[in-house]
Amino acid sequence: MRRVLLALLAPVAALVFSLAVAAVALALVGRSPLEAFAAMWDFARTSTSVASMINRAVPLYISAVAVAVGFQMGLFNIGVEGQYLLAALFAGWVGGNIVLAAPLHVAVIIAVAVVVGMAWAGIAGALKVTRGVHEVISTIMLNFIAFSLIAYLLLNHFRDDPDRLNLQTPALPESGRIPSLNWLFSALGFSEPRGIDLHGFALFAIVVGVFYYLLVWRTRFGFELRSSGLNPGAARMAGVEPNRMIMNTMFLSGGIAGLVGLSTIFGNLQAYTQDFPRFLGFNGIAVALLGRNHPVGMALGALLFGFMERSALILDLEETPKEVVTIMQGVVVLAVVVAYEVVTRIIERYEIRRAAEATRASGEEVGG
Amino acid sequence: MTTTEVRRREGGGRVVSRPVLVVGAALGVVLLLSVVQAVSGTSELTTSGTWAAALRLSVPIMLAGLAGMFSERAGIVNIGLEGMMIAGTWFGAWAGWSYGPWEGVALGILGGAFFGLVHAVATVTFAVDHIVSGVAINILAAGAMRFLSVVSYPPESGGGATQSPGIRAQIRTFDVPVLSDLFNWVEAKRIFFVSDLAGILAGVTSNLSYLTLLGLLVVPASWWLLWRTAWGLRLRACGENPYAAESLGVPVLRMKYYGVLISGALAGLAGAYLVVVQAGIYREGMTAGRGFLGLAAMIFGNWNPFGTLVGSTLFGYADALRLRQNAAVHALLLAVAVGLFVLAAWTWFRGRRVAAAVEAVFGLAFLGWFLFTDTVPSQVVAATPYLVTLLVLAMATQRLRMPAADGLRYRKGEAT
Repeated sequence: MRRVLLALLAPVAALVFSLAVAAVALALVGRSPLEAFAAMWDFARTSTSVASMINRAVPLYISAVAVAVGFQMGLFNIGVEGQYLLAALFAGWVGGNIVLAAPLHVAVIIAVAVVVGMAWAGIAGALKVTRGVHEVISTIMLNFIAFSLIAYLLLNHFRDDPDRLNLQTPALPESGRIPSLNWLFSALGFSEPRGIDLHGFALFAIVVGVFYYLLVWRTRFGFELRSSGLNPGAARMAGVEPNRMIMNTMFLSGGIAGLVGLSTIFGNLQAYTQDFPRFLGFNGIAVALLGRNHPVGMALGALLFGFMERSALILDLEETPKEVVTIMQGVVVLAVVVAYEVVTRIIERYEIRRAAEATRASGEEVGG
Repeated sequence: MTTTEVRRREGGGRVVSRPVLVVGAALGVVLLLSVVQAVSGTSELTTSGTWAAALRLSVPIMLAGLAGMFSERAGIVNIGLEGMMIAGTWFGAWAGWSYGPWEGVALGILGGAFFGLVHAVATVTFAVDHIVSGVAINILAAGAMRFLSVVSYPPESGGGATQSPGIRAQIRTFDVPVLSDLFNWVEAKRIFFVSDLAGILAGVTSNLSYLTLLGLLVVPASWWLLWRTAWGLRLRACGENPYAAESLGVPVLRMKYYGVLISGALAGLAGAYLVVVQAGIYREGMTAGRGFLGLAAMIFGNWNPFGTLVGSTLFGYADALRLRQNAAVHALLLAVAVGLFVLAAWTWFRGRRVAAAVEAVFGLAFLGWFLFTDTVPSQVVAATPYLVTLLVLAMATQRLRMPAADGLRYRKGEAT
């Protein structure tokens, strides 16, 4: 019980700390932090805001899961950024160029995204397994190579109309779209969001979360994954082949990463465009850390980030810089890892003391 | 390519001093460029203009690379270089606008060092994973600088949320006396090889910013500091085996702080350089991944200042060619092909037949690329530094050696 409380303490403390930093930043520039936070809270409670917040949280959550799969075995896939952008480009291009029956069309788009994500992450995996290149370095390099590749392909091969000023892939035909979930709001007795659709892909994020949970905690592969992460030497002695694990984990992580951009493609853009949302991969790392790689924890983290981004929009109207939210996001990540570290040390010290007391007590019994 | 050649020869046990080798390899590269230039008919490969641009573009990458080196030599991986560089650009521009260019440089250094301090507190004091802290710093710095822009630049200042007003003045430039005139004179003579060499030298001796000179001096200074002083030995010991260093009385935590703080300061300097020498203004996103490019240059240079210089020159040169004349990049394909053939011949001579065959095949591929196309897409050039780094990492794993305890968590007194 005490351990659970301590574990919850870390994210809460980090959040409070980041609020404090944001408050100081706002106060320094002469804005009232309390008014700003109150405005954010009020603004976030409309149906429209909730839909927008979930829409923002979905890709972040999937990205966090992709990162977390790697974390489980101590692999740091920093390349989710490149993997999801490349996957989204191919998915948008293939999806815009074919016409199939509706469910099949959607399935093809998802499959393309997963395969491209897997392939791009697989390069990093192969480099690590065959040449011993550290995955952090290789995925950073692969990110930048992916950015260039995307720019090249979009400009020269994948654009729909050479005369259009903004580069984009052909728009998805009707059969390749997923209906919106706005009816959920009225079904639950709230007003429907205005001017915005709750993307149907949100359901898919739940599927990804459940899949992640079952795979990691309820299968043999998940057991091998976690044991490789906790003690690579012991896992190896138990017959877990490290190279195979690295490849499989990178494929899995990359495949999930491929899904990150799809909510945008199915949802509002219906194509891969030049100004496709960026940084979801890096923010996914932040969410994974915040939620400690736990499926529910990461969902809360993603919703928190979605909430921050959505509610920040009101700040601009009140002439308060909304960028204070990005500061909060950065601070909360740093604070949460520090807080976890501090909590671990406290627990360690507490257990050492308890063990010492227990030994002393039993020693007295024997001696007395 | 030059460094691998040099190392290969060293591996052969030749009794030739290192400076001779380096100069020889450099002359070889210039000869290669002259030949290619004569064959393909471009003229941009060795002009003073191209090399002046290459120098300006390499210096920030090199400074970021040295920044990464100081941190990693102390055992702390620094992925946050990009964020520290962003802080350098912002503070450089703000102070440059408020006070003047040198004040911009000073504040840029401080801005980078501040985020270096954050990284040090997280990774050294709290033993947080280095990559995690670096990623967080990149997010944090980008957001914080945007916030500062919004509050610091009212519309009437000419700046805004995404850019600053122009800085007050540029840092003065100078020509190296005698040499600059001499090289420019020889370059104009258009003699094969001689003028090409003079063009390159003219590019790096004319119209130099004092900050460029300062930046270049950091290379030998950091080599001296790290490899010729007791302080440097202690710092490197913390990156190789902190527990051994601890047992010898080295204050490991403090040394790691020094390493990461210097790292932040140099990354800040790299950012300030972008503003003060290149752009004259802060624009959001102007670092454009140069922090990571610096990391790539550091790896290419095997965690060594001179190697980092070679790597960043290569990356800066490719960038300069792309910006000045993309057609010239096409000629570079021939240079790469010929270079690979020479390398293949050398490898064959050394008795490694399979490797030689692979190199020759790659050479043929580049030759084919050169012959059957007219241009190289600019995106390929943009991706080149990253591709080269991946190739170097994949091909030369045995020759690259990062500090042994780099990236590992260290807690005082936990030696096993």
